[in-house]
Amino acid sequence: MTHILQVEDLNVTFALHQSEVHAVRNLDLVLDAGEILAVVGESGSGKSQAFLAIMGLLARNGRATGRALLGDVDLIGMAPGRLDTYRGRDIAMIFQDPMTSLNPSLRVKTQLAEVLVKHQGFEPDQAVRSAIAMLERVGIPEPAKRANAYPHELSGGMRQRVMIAMALLCQPKILIADEPTTALDVTVQAQMLDLFRSLTRDFGTALVMITHDLGVVAGIADRMMVMYGGRCVERGPVEPLFYAPRHPYTLGLLHSTPHVEERARRLSPIEGLPPSLEHLPPGCSFNPRCAFRFDRCVHERPPLAPIAGNRAKACHYEGPLELKDQVA
Amino acid sequence: MTNHVSADLLRIEDLKKTFTVSAGLFARPLTLTALQDITFSVKRGETLGIVGESGCGKSTLGRCILQLLSPDEGRVLWLGQDLTQLPGEEMRKARRELQIIFQDPLASLNPRMTVGEIIADPLRTLMPELGRDERRARVLRMMEAVGLLPEMINRYPHEFSGGQAQRIGIARALITEPKLIVCDEPVSALDVSIQAQILNLLSDLKDTFGLTLIFISHNLSVVRHVSDRILVLYLGRIVELAPGDAIYTDAKHPYTKALLTAVPIPDPIRARQRNIDALVGEIPSPINPPSGCTFRTRCRHARPICAEQRPILETLPDDRLVACHRWREIEEGVGREAALTA
Repeated sequence: MTHILQVEDLNVTFALHQSEVHAVRNLDLVLDAGEILAVVGESGSGKSQAFLAIMGLLARNGRATGRALLGDVDLIGMAPGRLDTYRGRDIAMIFQDPMTSLNPSLRVKTQLAEVLVKHQGFEPDQAVRSAIAMLERVGIPEPAKRANAYPHELSGGMRQRVMIAMALLCQPKILIADEPTTALDVTVQAQMLDLFRSLTRDFGTALVMITHDLGVVAGIADRMMVMYGGRCVERGPVEPLFYAPRHPYTLGLLHSTPHVEERARRLSPIEGLPPSLEHLPPGCSFNPRCAFRFDRCVHERPPLAPIAGNRAKACHYEGPLELKDQVA
Repeated sequence: MTNHVSADLLRIEDLKKTFTVSAGLFARPLTLTALQDITFSVKRGETLGIVGESGCGKSTLGRCILQLLSPDEGRVLWLGQDLTQLPGEEMRKARRELQIIFQDPLASLNPRMTVGEIIADPLRTLMPELGRDERRARVLRMMEAVGLLPEMINRYPHEFSGGQAQRIGIARALITEPKLIVCDEPVSALDVSIQAQILNLLSDLKDTFGLTLIFISHNLSVVRHVSDRILVLYLGRIVELAPGDAIYTDAKHPYTKALLTAVPIPDPIRARQRNIDALVGEIPSPINPPSGCTFRTRCRHARPICAEQRPILETLPDDRLVACHRWREIEEGVGREAALTA
C-alpha cells in the first residue's frame, strides 16, 4: 500500500541574529489513509514546527529541507502559489486558537464558501449551501443561522467546529490538528474528539493530532510518535507504547501524567528541564534527565532504530524500563 | 482566638459576587452573577479542590476568599473572623496567613525585580518589622525549600523557565509562613513533566509547613491527584461537594458524572471501553442563566420541576453537599437497571 504522506529527512532551522536554531532534525514519517497519528511532545520538541514546515507555514526566518511527499508531489520548497493548489484541497491544518485563524470581519459562510469557490470552482450559491451542510455535519445547531454570524459571535467550541468544517470542505486526504482541543472545556473537548473520530471514519481522512495530552492520545490515536529536542525518540502503535514504552522519555511522560481514575500514587516526574534547542547536550539529547543513562549515552547519539511490533526507538538502553522509588 | 471548637479554618457563608458588564454605548449595563449561594468550609490541613469549566466562577471564588475582590454579600470567616468586615490594618495582618499562587508564573512576577526582591516583597509590606538580614535569611531558606539554588537570588524572572518561575511564585507565597494558600491553576501553563515536579513540590511543602490548600483547576485529573475533598461549581453555584474518592466512585450530581466521563484518561484500553456520557451543548451565558437548575439545559435527566424550582444544596449524612432535584431517583433508576440486567 502506498502512503498518502511520506516525510523523509525533514530538517527545520531558524536563523537568529548570531546563530541558528535546529528545531526539527532528520524526521521521517509515513501516514496512511484513514489513520490517526498522534504527535506528542512538550514545548520546543519540534512537534508543531515539523508540520508547519510541511504546510509551508514556517515563520519568515525558518527554512525546511528534506522531502514531504504527498503522492508523488514534494511539498518542501514548493513555491507558495503552487502550494496553494494542494493546501486546503489535499492537506489542511487547524490550530489551537480558532479566533486567530478565522477572519473577524467576514461572516462564517463567506469564509467557508470561498474555499469551495477557489478549490472546486463552485458557484457562490452552491458553495454557501455546501458550507451550511458541512456546518451541520460538524454538529453546529441551526447551521443556516450560524452561517450568518461573525466569528466573535460564536463560542470557543463553535468556532473550533467552524474551523474543522472549513478544513473538511474539500474532503482533504490529510487533516493536521495542532492542539485542537487544548483551549476547550473538557465536556466540549469530549464532543470534539468524538467528532474527529467519526469524521476520519466517514471521510477516510488521515488525522495528525499534535498534542501534549496523553489522555487525548489514548482516546483517539492509532499510532503515536514521541518527540524530544527536535527528534522522534519513539514511535509505534498506541497500546504497546502506553503499556510497554521502550524509551525512558515516553515512560517519564506516562508517569508524570495524573490519572483521574487513580488516587495519588506519587507522581514520578522527569527530573530537570527540557533542553534548549541552541545547546542540545552531546550524545542522546535526553541523557541529562534520564534515569537509565550510561557512558555510551553521553558520547553517542542513538539512532531511531526499528524494533519488533512495527515500532522504533532511539535509545541505547536495552534493559527493562522500570522506575525505581515507586511508591505504591 | 475565640473558643472555636470546629476544625474549620475557613468558612464561606452565602457568598455572592456580581459584575457589571457593559452592553454597548447607550444600553443599560448588564449584571453578571459570577457566584451565588456559596456556602462551604475548609478544614485545617486539608486540600480542597475546586473544579469547573470556564465561567463557573472558580477563580472569582479564590479571589473573594482573599479579598482581592469584594463579595457583594456573604461572609468569609477566617478562624471565626469575617474578613469582609476587617479594617485595613487588621486585614494586612490576616494576609500573612492567606496567600495565593497564580496560573501564569512569568506574568505574575515583576520583570524589573530580582528573584530575591520578589520573594522578599510580601515581607516588606506585611512584616516590616523584620530587619534586612533576617529577610535575606528567610528568602534563602525558602528558596532552598522550593528547589531554587542560592546563587539565583540576583537573577531576573526572564532568565527562568515556566517551572522555575512557578517555584519563585511558590516561595513568595510561603515567605510569610501562611496557613492557607489558594493555588489558582498553578500547573496549567506548564509542560507535563514539569507539572508533575510542581505537584510533588506542593505536596511536600504542604507536609513540611502544615499548610491548608485550596486548589483551583479545570483539570480533574490534577485535582483528583491532590485533593482530599472536591467542590464542583457550575455557572456560579455549588453543584456538589464530596471527598475526593467518593466523588470519583460515587458522584451524585449528573454534572459531576458527565464531567468525570469527559476527562481523557491516559490508558488506551480503558479510554476505549468507557461509556462517554457526553454532554450536549455548551455552558449557557452567566448573564442570562437558565431558570431553576442552571444545569438543566444540558442534563439528560431534566424534568419540568428542574426549570421551575432551583434545587437546594442538600447536606447528606457524611457532610457531602449536592444540589439536584433528582439525584435519588437517578440513583434508584441505575440500581433498578443493574438489578434487571443481573
